[in-house]
Amino acid sequence: MWKRCSMLRDLRGAPLWILATAVLLSLAAATAFAADPVKIGHVAALSGASAQSGEAITRGLALAIDEINDKGGVLGGRKLELIQRDDESNPPKGLIAARELIFQEKVAAIFGGIDTPVSLAIVPLVNKEKTLFMGVWAAGTGITRNGANPNYVFRVSAVDDDVDIKLLKYANEKFKAKKAGLMLINNPWGQSNEKGLIAAAKDNSAIAIAGVSKFENNDVDMVPHLTRLKEAGADAIILVVNAPPGAQMMKSRERMGWTVPVVSHWGISGGRFPELAGPTAGDAHFVQTYSFFGKLSPAGERVLAALKKKYPQIKGPEDIFSPVGTANAYDAMHLLAMAIEQAGSTDANAVRSALENLKATYQGLIKTYNLPFTPENHDALGPNDYIMVRYEGDKVVPVE
Amino acid sequence: MLVSSALISGLGLGSMYGLLALGFHITHAVSNTVNFAQGSAMMLGAVLCFTFWVTFHWPLTLAVIAALGLCAVWGAIVERIAVRPFVQRGSNAWLMATVALGIVLENVVLFTFGKDPRGMPAGVLTTNSVVVAGIRIQLLQLLIPIVGLLLAAAIQIFFRRFHYGKALLAVVQNKDAARLMGIDVERVVMASFALSGLLAGIAGIMVAPLFTISSTMGTLFGIKAFAVAILGGIGNAWGVVLAGLIYGIAEALIIALAGSTYSQIATFALVILALAIRPTGLFGHAEVKKV
Repeated sequence: MWKRCSMLRDLRGAPLWILATAVLLSLAAATAFAADPVKIGHVAALSGASAQSGEAITRGLALAIDEINDKGGVLGGRKLELIQRDDESNPPKGLIAARELIFQEKVAAIFGGIDTPVSLAIVPLVNKEKTLFMGVWAAGTGITRNGANPNYVFRVSAVDDDVDIKLLKYANEKFKAKKAGLMLINNPWGQSNEKGLIAAAKDNSAIAIAGVSKFENNDVDMVPHLTRLKEAGADAIILVVNAPPGAQMMKSRERMGWTVPVVSHWGISGGRFPELAGPTAGDAHFVQTYSFFGKLSPAGERVLAALKKKYPQIKGPEDIFSPVGTANAYDAMHLLAMAIEQAGSTDANAVRSALENLKATYQGLIKTYNLPFTPENHDALGPNDYIMVRYEGDKVVPVE
Repeated sequence: MLVSSALISGLGLGSMYGLLALGFHITHAVSNTVNFAQGSAMMLGAVLCFTFWVTFHWPLTLAVIAALGLCAVWGAIVERIAVRPFVQRGSNAWLMATVALGIVLENVVLFTFGKDPRGMPAGVLTTNSVVVAGIRIQLLQLLIPIVGLLLAAAIQIFFRRFHYGKALLAVVQNKDAARLMGIDVERVVMASFALSGLLAGIAGIMVAPLFTISSTMGTLFGIKAFAVAILGGIGNAWGVVLAGLIYGIAEALIIALAGSTYSQIATFALVILALAIRPTGLFGHAEVKKV
């Protein structure tokens, strides 16, 4: 503040013509270099129970955009500009936000958030309006595999069907579980996983499904649900839900004194799960696409350093909440920028074709992407890219 | 096992519904009006207790007392702003006004407390438990029904045995006569709303460790509690608490046997069925109006 004041005082003393020249020069520079920015939309839960997920995605996008803009942007000097809208985990609000981004802001692409129901609400709109949609968290299988042709929806994140295979395999191999009890949220995301888990159990002879219990977001006591599964002989719980109801499940399990292993989809990592679930939060092992712990790749080191610099509250990997949101968003933004570059424009059709046939290899955070998408497969990550982790205090640590 | 554990869960949640419904009973008994902002008063109790205890690091006892005190004040405010002006004009608009005030409070909490649900830290009551017939019961789960039943007993005794309690009941029968007998009617009605706010606060603080704390946590509780109050017969304190327990147990049993997808359909259908058979509630008496 003091510096700025003294600068103003200096300027006041300067002859008027110097000031006028400076203003004219800066105007000239502006018109010469600044082409229209490429607008990138982001519709996610920026408030509410899953607000951390939205913030994590924002950080990943912001880091990638900073890197791209520092190197001169895309298409010969056009900077990327992020425009965010809060869907409050509410599908109609997400849909309204997506419409606004498409029709008012005319964004080149929209990034999605944690909630499968919100993404599923937006998918038909983007396919109709021919706007690219990049999923970076919501794992519902039907988001990318939506039957549309042409399909403008891509994803750098887990896919329910693949996660379900992984969860059952892990419960069997790690905990020797033979009968899995499914605890699923009663919404489209839960349904997507119910189908996936039952299909996965058919293909995995080592483990069967003991029973399915679906619950609501505001269920207080889940002891009756768990007792039902216990009676059915479940020796592991497969959990598919976001953080607050997931925490209710863990508290109910604790109340029963049932020490059954819990293997969870990653929804529980999008909020304050350790605080909400209490002492047994660490008992839940869950799937992730990335962890900042352990030996990092060069890209990992670079992103961790950039995160620490941009967000001073981050001192190390333990301070990065919801790391998958950041990692998926970071890689997805770079892949999109490469596709825009390859397409030579922001035209959705051209960028879609470029994404489906990316010529360059990208050394990303999660892995090295070599032809990440094809016309048939719009998911860049598969079962081999998943890792299992658990909470240790507030930290997310690998267990595999 | 399935049924007995559902009984334990149902007793706990049922006592919560009963406590909230007692609040409906009290204001109805005294003034023939009810505070539809009960759910938000419950939420206020949990939010304030969390804020004082966890955010401000006050001792737990002080946090609980302060939170309950403010819940009582909130009850009184509801009466003063949303009930009295309408009742004085002979209007039934207090019905909507209390709902509106509840929504206002929820939004104020949303902006001050935040949208992020929070969790009460584990305490003695949640970490310790007893095992009865192979079923583990947390101390808090034991405490909740006990507190619920004790409060119902206290209220019933107060209304039936104590001079001031009888005075409260006199108000509803004939305001003018009560005034002539030297009863400060306005203050009595306000006190009943404060008491109903206090009861809701107790429910909120006790359910908080079992649940997550957020601005919307009381909404569904408030609706269920009103159903419970009607089901029990709103004029009968014991009836209201018993109906709470019945509702809670029915809900837990339906969840245990069929899953929570059907629990709300089934429980509210049961309430409608019960009221069709007994329009004055399970334990209520038809009001006699002398002309």
